[in-house]
Amino acid sequence: MSNLLNVSPSPHAHGKETTRKLMYGVVIALLPALFTSIFYFGWGAIIVTSVSVASCILFEYLIQKFMIRKPVTITDGSALVTGLLLAFNVPSNLPVHVVIIGAFVSVAIAKMTFGGLGSNPFNPALVGRVFMLISFPVQMTSWPVPKGFETAYTDAVTGATPLSIVKEGLKNGEPFQQLISQIPAPANMFLGNMGGSIGEVAAVALLIGFIWLLFKKIITWHIPVSVIGSLVIFTGILWLVNPEKNADPLFHLLAGGILLGAIFMATDYVTSPMNPKAMIIYGCGIGILTVIIRVWGAYPEGVSFAILIMNAFVPIMNTYIKPERFGEEVKHG
Amino acid sequence: MHPPENKLTSGSEIQYLPVPAGVAIPVSQHIGTPAAIVVNKDDKVRAGQVIARSKGYVSSNIHSSVSGKVTKIDTVIDSTGYKQQAVFITVEGDEWIESIDRSSEILTDIRLQSSEEIIKKCLDSGIVGLGGATFPSHVKLTVPAGKRCDVLIVNGVECEPYLTSDHRLMLERGEEILIGVSILMKALRVTRAMIGIESNKPDAIAHMTRLATAFEGISVHALRVKYPQGAEKQLIKALINREVPSGKLPLDVNTVVHNVGTAFAVYEAVQKNKPLFERVVTITGKSVAAPGNYFVRIGTPVRDLIAAAGGMPEDTGKIVSGGPMMGKALNSTEVPVVKGTSGIILFPAEESLRSESMPCIRCAKCVEACALNLEPYLLMTLSEKGLFERAENERITDCMECGSCSFICPAHRPLLDYIRLGKTTVIKMARERVSKQ
Repeated sequence: MSNLLNVSPSPHAHGKETTRKLMYGVVIALLPALFTSIFYFGWGAIIVTSVSVASCILFEYLIQKFMIRKPVTITDGSALVTGLLLAFNVPSNLPVHVVIIGAFVSVAIAKMTFGGLGSNPFNPALVGRVFMLISFPVQMTSWPVPKGFETAYTDAVTGATPLSIVKEGLKNGEPFQQLISQIPAPANMFLGNMGGSIGEVAAVALLIGFIWLLFKKIITWHIPVSVIGSLVIFTGILWLVNPEKNADPLFHLLAGGILLGAIFMATDYVTSPMNPKAMIIYGCGIGILTVIIRVWGAYPEGVSFAILIMNAFVPIMNTYIKPERFGEEVKHG
Repeated sequence: MHPPENKLTSGSEIQYLPVPAGVAIPVSQHIGTPAAIVVNKDDKVRAGQVIARSKGYVSSNIHSSVSGKVTKIDTVIDSTGYKQQAVFITVEGDEWIESIDRSSEILTDIRLQSSEEIIKKCLDSGIVGLGGATFPSHVKLTVPAGKRCDVLIVNGVECEPYLTSDHRLMLERGEEILIGVSILMKALRVTRAMIGIESNKPDAIAHMTRLATAFEGISVHALRVKYPQGAEKQLIKALINREVPSGKLPLDVNTVVHNVGTAFAVYEAVQKNKPLFERVVTITGKSVAAPGNYFVRIGTPVRDLIAAAGGMPEDTGKIVSGGPMMGKALNSTEVPVVKGTSGIILFPAEESLRSESMPCIRCAKCVEACALNLEPYLLMTLSEKGLFERAENERITDCMECGSCSFICPAHRPLLDYIRLGKTTVIKMARERVSKQ
């Protein structure tokens, strides 16, 4: 026995949860989507994802080691998650140098300049993605047709995403019912057999990840359900009002990045609100903004912008939207 | 919140710890004014004799737990780590004051009829809340003018991991507890009492339910296993769905909560004339050779209890008095067992140190875990930065220090440490405000 006893204030027990476990839990949740994207996009998916992950981790390491000279925390898994999510948000034929620039913006500018993990106001992967979208609009919007390992990396056959087909078509006055024939059937969209960013195409894989995240209590249902719910309700209303001019809710749900956004991007701990009430408002904000951008905006897809815009409201939401305290109202049973 | 239960001693029958060679009985074992010592060095005392008398309304009598000679009146380090006055007694024999009925016969007919007599008896017998808070029971039993109590709630939850003293007491002294509850009901002039037990103790629930059929107005309720289910406000909410408002007492929602251990002590005081000088203590820990539950005389050094459990394990790194969530770490084995000591836990060295604190990742798990729906991450930051007015507005004083936030935090942040600091400062500020007016 040691002669000295440790003393400290209570509690004397800890739940054994760690930041690292949570981050690797998210990584596991992303694996189904990663595997399906490799299945559909072949080498491109592998190359872009590896480069993205490696450069995110490398930039974090270099900055911590040589610029801020603080302990290097790259093993906490957060840079790995950022790298994966960044890759999931870009086309599989994106040139390597663009991926590296995106990773730099994500980690160096969106995360480390604010103080690193826990301090960044905006989702790092989305800042990187939007930076690339604005700076490299052509590369960021040419989507390889899913052909598995037959898909060449650099000069892949590209095609439009369902979202842009519908957006263009509706703009040209074609009714939605006719456009349906030009886009994959819902079953194919559910399985991910369509053009799009690496990680966003397979709804089924993302939903498996969602179940894992809920099961492991890594996230709560509030944000994903309110994002998806508000999107479905809003697009449903538009569709019911004018089914010629508007796509149906199922299309909005399966096309584009709403599931990836709702399940993995909007739920980023650091940039989302801290209590259930605020989470629901935040989620609804994302859903509604996404629809506004998709239907009336210049871009066919609006999830990234919607999340970043709502990120900006998180501090104010945390300040003014409070959990209902115990004993707030005197209740008599 | 579900901390691992680790109830290693729930099957161990309560044994009597041999009377120690000497005791150190602190004068402050309760919330309120310390009692005033009424014995002198070299006095002969018997078990049950008053050695320190309650001073003021919120205070409690202290009785000798042994017979022998007062060797000195000196300071002792108690479980808070502070020194306080104590009466040191060297044991000679085991002689009790005559009025105590030492037989094991269970007396069912309540000997005192009026509320006043019972409350007086509690005051005389030094009864305090044995759940851990040690609030003098006579104060809690006195319903002030303008207040009303319509139901007595009895706490048999024992939601702290490791501890089993209440569990064993319910199994082995169930009838006495129920008589004690009836006495408390009489004192409060209520016709209804509800005993809440966490459903991880099915044997205690079954046993108490069966016994309670013979008692009018007492019902037993199984509660969800969920820390901190045994916290007063949580228990009231779970049993009668009333929320005690911020800064208010259970009486403000017309109820009073007493612990099963207190009910047993009240039984002994009223029916057996036995003042509170011994209690059930769980001695436990993963490496402890013979963990168990013991009736321990107040003032017994923790060392004796550890010896009875097979000695201090080699790997001991921390000794905690109370439960792992809310208990206090002891710096010595000389600390005496007091009225509020529900258990002694010996933690292995590797479980006794905290992990390094990492940056908050804003996962909101602390907000989710907080039983009072506070925002621990925010309260910590406000306290850390000295923003106490804001902390007050965020209701930092509501915090009951259950430890759920620190327990759940994946970044291992010392949330409760800072919240305590903030809470203490805010309470001080509020007092200063009042005194200025």
